[in-house]
Amino acid sequence: MSKVIPGVLSAVGRVRGGVSVEHNKNTADMPVERMPIPERVVLPMQQHIGAPCVPTVKVGDTVSVGQVIGDSDKFVSAPIHATISGKVKSVGDVKLASGLITKGVTIESDGEMRMFEGLEPPKVTNRQELCAAVRASGLVGLGGAGFPTHVKLNFPPDKKIDTLVINAAECEPFITVDYRECIENTKNIMDGVYKLKELLGIENVIIAIEDNKPRAFKNLKEIADLDNDIGDAVKLMTLKSKYPQGAEKMMVLSATGRKVPPGKLPADVGCIVMNVGSVAFVARYLATGKPLISRSITVDGSAIASPKNLRVPIGTNIQDIIDYCGGFKAEPRKILCGGPMMGVAICDTQAPICKQNNALLAFADKKGGVKPERACIRCGRCVQVCPMSLMPTVIERQARIKDVEGLTRSNTMVCMECGSCAYACPSGRPLVQYMRLGKQVLRERSGK
Amino acid sequence: MAKKLTVSASPHVRSSETSTGIMLDVIIALVPALVMACVYFGTRALALTAVCVGTAVLSEWLARKVMKRNNTIGDLSAVVTGLILAFNLPATLPFWMAAIGSVIAIVVVKQMFGGIGQNFVNPAITARIILMMSFPAAMAKWILPMESAWSPDAVTGATPMATLANVTGGDVSAVEGLPSLTQMLLGMHGGSMGEVCTVALLAGALYLLLRRVISPAIPFSFIGTVAVCMLFAGRFNLSFVAYELLGGGLMLGAFFMATDYTTSPLTRKGRIIFGIGCGLITSVIRLFGSLPEGVSFSIILMNILVPHIERLTTAKPFGYVKEKKEKKEKEAAKA
Repeated sequence: MSKVIPGVLSAVGRVRGGVSVEHNKNTADMPVERMPIPERVVLPMQQHIGAPCVPTVKVGDTVSVGQVIGDSDKFVSAPIHATISGKVKSVGDVKLASGLITKGVTIESDGEMRMFEGLEPPKVTNRQELCAAVRASGLVGLGGAGFPTHVKLNFPPDKKIDTLVINAAECEPFITVDYRECIENTKNIMDGVYKLKELLGIENVIIAIEDNKPRAFKNLKEIADLDNDIGDAVKLMTLKSKYPQGAEKMMVLSATGRKVPPGKLPADVGCIVMNVGSVAFVARYLATGKPLISRSITVDGSAIASPKNLRVPIGTNIQDIIDYCGGFKAEPRKILCGGPMMGVAICDTQAPICKQNNALLAFADKKGGVKPERACIRCGRCVQVCPMSLMPTVIERQARIKDVEGLTRSNTMVCMECGSCAYACPSGRPLVQYMRLGKQVLRERSGK
Repeated sequence: MAKKLTVSASPHVRSSETSTGIMLDVIIALVPALVMACVYFGTRALALTAVCVGTAVLSEWLARKVMKRNNTIGDLSAVVTGLILAFNLPATLPFWMAAIGSVIAIVVVKQMFGGIGQNFVNPAITARIILMMSFPAAMAKWILPMESAWSPDAVTGATPMATLANVTGGDVSAVEGLPSLTQMLLGMHGGSMGEVCTVALLAGALYLLLRRVISPAIPFSFIGTVAVCMLFAGRFNLSFVAYELLGGGLMLGAFFMATDYTTSPLTRKGRIIFGIGCGLITSVIRLFGSLPEGVSFSIILMNILVPHIERLTTAKPFGYVKEKKEKKEKEAAKA
């Protein structure tokens, strides 16, 4: 299937740099299982990029599935919904997997999963209504970043958006939830695509998928061919599987040949990029009115007894999920929320799964995937692989001495922290950490 | 949870490549030339190499110890430096002189500037130049291949580079004593131990290129520039160009010394400029200088320019738009 099929596009723009990471898509053939309803969920008020929500319920309130329990009046934010029915047990500080403490609501289940009355399919006839509906659904980018989707769709009217790019690349190793979405919910995806295309008034839709997922590709192709009567504006594109192909700017480049300038968004070059899971969710939401209360995650890694793809209510305890997957078969040395390239290493499993978590990986490897750190030998591999054309080793030196001028000259802020540099470094230097340090130095300076 | 979890910054997977592995690759690539050095110059070549490598490793270990820093001999870079230095010496050089060279390379040039990745000039080349200045006679005693390097009265001869310096207008047939081009390729002529056998060096270079340890940018631009200069200097006499390319330390320098990570630019463009610079200086010294050979000097001079080359060739970040263009676009939008 790696041959180019007639009517299928191949990448327009060529991504520079990047690394070839072992795919490890062990769970690719495991259908998404529904996890039993947990006894308790913890719903943090910050599960997205932007302003945190304020709880709208108090201790002792009875809530039902899909009821808003937290909202914000800020634009860049997304409401939080109850994901099980039951009683609000506490409202206050909760600890996230990363160790961060934030406001949150804890709900104790009554086991009924009673749906909130008044959940009905939203009436959507134009873009404004779509944006309002998507906001109400609580949707954030399901690919991992957690950017509120309605903000993305609410581009100013003077910006001409001509291409909607559907990101099905899933270039992070291990994670297969987007792949399963393509296999299991192909129809949802296509419905979402046509709905979005129509409501946003976008001419072209490109569904981009890496060439190591032929089955997902075939399914999408079949549905796309069936629905061809709606217009030939939806196209499939195969991309070379190379990390970080799924990064937004890389995606836009591959799909359209356009480069998003530093500090700009895809909308500035006429594109909107959406994760394939988010698109399928939009279709389901428009059809049912059921907000974002559960999500698919891949549970995998050398320490997990039986790896699975799971559909879990948001707010489910991480330890409960691991226990459901048979617990640990070896002592875990490192547990990740997200993929191995950009995921966050967590310090405690007594924490909830959030909207943007697409994977839970536990590894028994003693070194935790870290190479012994040695002096930089200036081999230049980090420079060769940086998809943003930066010089990570130079930025590291500047970050260590807090050289503001140097960090500015090196365009440190352009870094998207994809981790290609640190992956390739033969001296095992924690380059991404230094990139973050460099950005922090610049932020502090500009804050003064 | 009683178990301890590792918390570190992403990424949580790393490539299997290590700096030790890279150095090991360089050592492997140098083996064919070392074998040929032993074939031509006998066991003394091996002994001299052992002295260089041994002293290099020992002085690195000692220097780190004295400076109270962690032990770094495990990264094998000192072995590489010792090997490269040995390759740049005549097989007859007294052992103690070679040892001094190793100490200079490791202690003065490398460790006193902070160790691996910090020195601003190539340690082996600097040591070679210092030895040349200090012991000019011993450093220019070129015995002919198959002569015993142990014996004090082995037959010596001029290197092809010294003979080539007498060539005017590229007419190589006018001078006597030049080996045939086949002999040049195989290394059957006088010269430094490791630089004579071009075939062995090219085999090693090919290995490094295939393993992607070195990029072709520096060696190709270096050798290409020398070829072009010699083409003009030799009035388009191709065999003159061939002698210039095969003679002296060009192949050793271009593939194994100019490509030293620490002392060459990080950027691709920078590497090409660096290679061209090396080629130009080498050609100028060979053609106009009082020395027959200029590869070492050219590399060391370009080493010093590396920070400037890097600054000039820093790539624009992804999607960078020139300010002028942006302004124009804004104006156009207004109008």
